[in-house]
Amino acid sequence: MAFFSKNSRTIINNLKSKAGLSRLMKQSRNCCSMSCLNNTNCCRFIPLTTIPQLRNPDSYSHKKGFLFCFQRFQSTTSEQQFASLPNGEHNQELDFPGGKVVLSPEMQFLSESPCVYNHCYRVLDDNGQLISNSNFVQVSEEIAVKMYSNMATLQILDTIFYEAQRQGRISFYVTTIGEEAINIASAAALKSDDIVFPQYREPGVLLWRGFTLQEFANQCFGNKADYGKGRQMPVHYGSNKLNYFTVASTIATQIPHAVGAAYSLKMDKKDACAVTYFGDGGTSEGDFHAALNFAAVTESPVIFICRNNGWAISTPTSDQFRSEGIAVRGQAYGVRSIRVDGNDALAMYSAVHAAREMAINEHRPILVEAVTYRVGHHSTSDDSTKYRPADEIEWWKMARDPVTRFRKWIEANGWWGSETESQLRSSIRNQLLQAIQIAERAEKPPVNDLFTDVYDNIPSNLHEQEKWLRGTINRHPKDYPADVPV
Amino acid sequence: MFRVKYVFLQFVCLLQEKKEREREMALRNIMGKRVGIGLMGSRALSTATCDVESGSAKSINLYSAINQALHVALETDPRAFVFGEDVSFGGVFRCTTGLADRFGKARVFNTPLCEQGIVGFGIGLAAMGNRAIAEIQFADYIYPAFDQIVNEAAKFRYRSGNQFNCGGLTIRAPYGAVGHGGHYHSQSPEAFFCHVPGIKVVIPRSPRQAKGLLLSCIRDPNPVVFFEPKWLYRLAVEEVPEHDYMLPLSEAEVIRQGSDITLVGWGAQLSIMEQACIEAEKDGISCELIDLKTLIPWDKETVEASVRKTGRVLISHEAPVTGGFGAEISASIVECCFLRLEAPVARVCGLDTPFPLVFEPFYMPTKNKILDAIKATVNY
Repeated sequence: MAFFSKNSRTIINNLKSKAGLSRLMKQSRNCCSMSCLNNTNCCRFIPLTTIPQLRNPDSYSHKKGFLFCFQRFQSTTSEQQFASLPNGEHNQELDFPGGKVVLSPEMQFLSESPCVYNHCYRVLDDNGQLISNSNFVQVSEEIAVKMYSNMATLQILDTIFYEAQRQGRISFYVTTIGEEAINIASAAALKSDDIVFPQYREPGVLLWRGFTLQEFANQCFGNKADYGKGRQMPVHYGSNKLNYFTVASTIATQIPHAVGAAYSLKMDKKDACAVTYFGDGGTSEGDFHAALNFAAVTESPVIFICRNNGWAISTPTSDQFRSEGIAVRGQAYGVRSIRVDGNDALAMYSAVHAAREMAINEHRPILVEAVTYRVGHHSTSDDSTKYRPADEIEWWKMARDPVTRFRKWIEANGWWGSETESQLRSSIRNQLLQAIQIAERAEKPPVNDLFTDVYDNIPSNLHEQEKWLRGTINRHPKDYPADVPV
Repeated sequence: MFRVKYVFLQFVCLLQEKKEREREMALRNIMGKRVGIGLMGSRALSTATCDVESGSAKSINLYSAINQALHVALETDPRAFVFGEDVSFGGVFRCTTGLADRFGKARVFNTPLCEQGIVGFGIGLAAMGNRAIAEIQFADYIYPAFDQIVNEAAKFRYRSGNQFNCGGLTIRAPYGAVGHGGHYHSQSPEAFFCHVPGIKVVIPRSPRQAKGLLLSCIRDPNPVVFFEPKWLYRLAVEEVPEHDYMLPLSEAEVIRQGSDITLVGWGAQLSIMEQACIEAEKDGISCELIDLKTLIPWDKETVEASVRKTGRVLISHEAPVTGGFGAEISASIVECCFLRLEAPVARVCGLDTPFPLVFEPFYMPTKNKILDAIKATVNY
C-alpha cells in the first residue's frame, strides 16, 4: 500500500496541525526534559522573601483556570541558584525529585476540562466521502475489499448468532453491531505477530486474522472442537495460533496483561506490539489506571484501544466519568493519545497504523479512543430500550452505520457493487447456517476435560474427585446432560 | 601434608561449631521469646535432597537464601525477571540485593506502587513464556492483586483450553508476625489463596528450604504464591548449599518422628511447634512434626499416613482460626481417618481478630498454648 505521508513523524506533524494536538504535543515535549531529572542534583534553597505569594498571600489571579504552585524545601543548603525562563522575570524553574516545576506568582488551577475540545480524527464524512485535505494511510483495493467483506460478515455473524440464542440453541451472545469499523479496521492495521488482548466485543479482530465461521460456532456451542474445551460461555473466543488471548468476562483485567506482554516483545526485540481493547466502562476500573501507568514507566510497545460506545450496559458515560472522554486521560499518565471517529474505517486504520509504528519504533504506549455507539443491546440478557430511546438506537443504526459508510467509499472507488454485495451476504449466511448446524450436532467435550488444565498436571485431589464424581454419574445418570460423553 | 590438612580442617570445624554455639547463645539472649534454633539444627531428620558438604554450603539467613535463589533463577534463565516496589535497590528486606547491578535494569526493576498492576503485568509477561517473579512488599498488601490472582492467573490455562498459560508467574510476599507489625505488617493471608484452584501456595520454614522451594516455584509451570516468613529473614540461619538445587512441591516433610500425636504446620510456626514437641517429650509424649510446605495442592497422603500411625492431630498457624487452612486439613483428616482418631483434631491458631500490636503475645499461638493442646489431646 502506498503511504500518503512518508513516515509516522510526518503523519504526526500533519495530525498536529489538523487536529490541534500541537498544544498537547508541545507539553509532552517539555515533559521530556523532566524524565532526564537527575536525582543527585543538589537541592536548591529559595529564600522565603523572594516568593511573591508569601510576601502577599492574599493576592491571586482572577483569571479563569488556576495553577497553584506549592513550595517545598528539599534542603537547607545555602546555595541560591535559579534558572530563569525567558518569558517573564517572575517565572523561575526548579528541580524537585518529583519533577521540574515552573514557578509562578499567579495562582492558577488546571481546568477540569481542556480549554479546547479534544479533536476527533476522521477521514470519511457521514456519506463515506473523503474529507478534503484529510491525512490518512492509503489502503489498497485488496485490503479495502477484505475490510468491507469482514465488516459485512461480522454483521451477518452477529445477526444469526443472536437469533440462535433467541431460539434457545446457544445460551448467550454478545453482538458487535455499530463497532464493525473499530474491529476490522484496527485489525487490518495490525500484523499477525501483534498480540491481542480483547475484552469481549472484538470478534472482528479474530475474524480478520482467519478464525473461521465454524470455529466461532464451535465455541458458542461449546462442543468438542471448541479450543476452550467447553469451559466458558459463548463469545469467549481465544486462539493462540492467531495471537488472540482468550476472552474473559472480567472487565479491564486484560489491560495490564497487554503491558506485560508488550514488555516481553520489547525485550525480545520483536517487530510487534501488544494491543488491548476495552470499553468506556472498562476505563473506570483500577486495572486501566494501573496498566497505563505501568506502560508509561516501563516504556512498553502497547496500543490501548478504547471503544467508547457511550454505554456500559445501562450506564451512560455521564455516569461513568466526568473527563472529556478517554484520550485526555492518556496525558495524565504520560501516554500519547488520540481520539478517533470509531465509525470511520479509514480513520481507524490510519490511527492504529500510526500508533503501531510509534509503539514499536519508539517503545511507547499509545492510547486510541474510538468514539462510536453500541447499536446492539449489551448482550442477549439485556433489553436496552429499557434505558435508552428506541429511536436513538434506530438513528445510529441507520444513519451512522460504519459498514454502509465504508461501502459507499469502496463503491465510489469502483471496488464494490450491489451484485458483489448480495453475493457476499447470501454466501456468508449460508456458510454460517451450515456451521451452526454442524456445531450443534457435534459432541460436547468429555467430562474428563472438567479436571484437566487446572494445573499443568492433574493433582491427586482432582484424581480423587473425578473418581468420586464418576461413581455418582453411574448411580444417577439422569442428573447429567446426555450430550457430554462420560 | 595430609596430616596438616586434616588438622586444619578439624580446626576449621571446631571454629565453625564455636561460631554456631555463639550465634545460638546470642539469638537466645536477644530474642528470648521466639527462636527457631531447634529447627535449624534438624539437619539429621531433614529429607532434603541435597548434599551438605562443608565446602559447598554456607551459613546464611533467610533473606540471603532467597537472594541466592533469585540470583540463580536469573542466571539460569535469560527470560527471568524480578520486579516489584523497591526491588531495584535491594528491597525493603534485602531479598533482591545485587540483582539489578548484576542483571541490569531491564530485568530487575521497580514498579509503580500498585499491586494489581504488578500482578497484572506479571501475568502478561508470564503469558509470553517468561519467568515473571513479582514481589509484593508485604502479604498484607496483596489484596488489590487478589482479582488478578484469582480470576486471571488461576484460570488462565483452564479458561483458554490450555492454549495459553501464565505458569511462569511467581508472586513472593513476606508474611507473618514480626513482633511489632500490627495489623498491616503481620498478616498470614494464605487461607484466601488456598481456596483457589489453579494456583499453588508454598511456604518455606528455613533458609535451605526457602532457596530450594523458591527455585521450584519459579520453575514450576503453574502460577505460585510464595509466602516468606519475614520473622525468619534475619533470625533463621542455616547451612545452605551454594549450588542450584530444587525441593519438590506438594510433598510434605516429616521433620520430627513421633508416635503419639501428629503436628502439622508451615513456615515460622514450625519452630514454635518444635519447641512444644521438645517439651512434650519431657512428659513422655512423642510428637511427630510435619512441615506441609505446599498448602495447595497439599500432600494429604503424608499427613494421613502419620495420623494413621499416631491417631491424633494438632494443626497450628498464625492466621485466625476461623476459616484458616487448619480447618481444611482438619476436615480432610476427619473424612479419611475418623475411626482411627483417638481425639478431636486440635487447632492452635491466631485469634479471630485483626492482628494486634500490644496484644500480639496474647494473639499468637505460643509454645505453651500448643503444649497445653498436645496434652489435652493425648489425655482426651
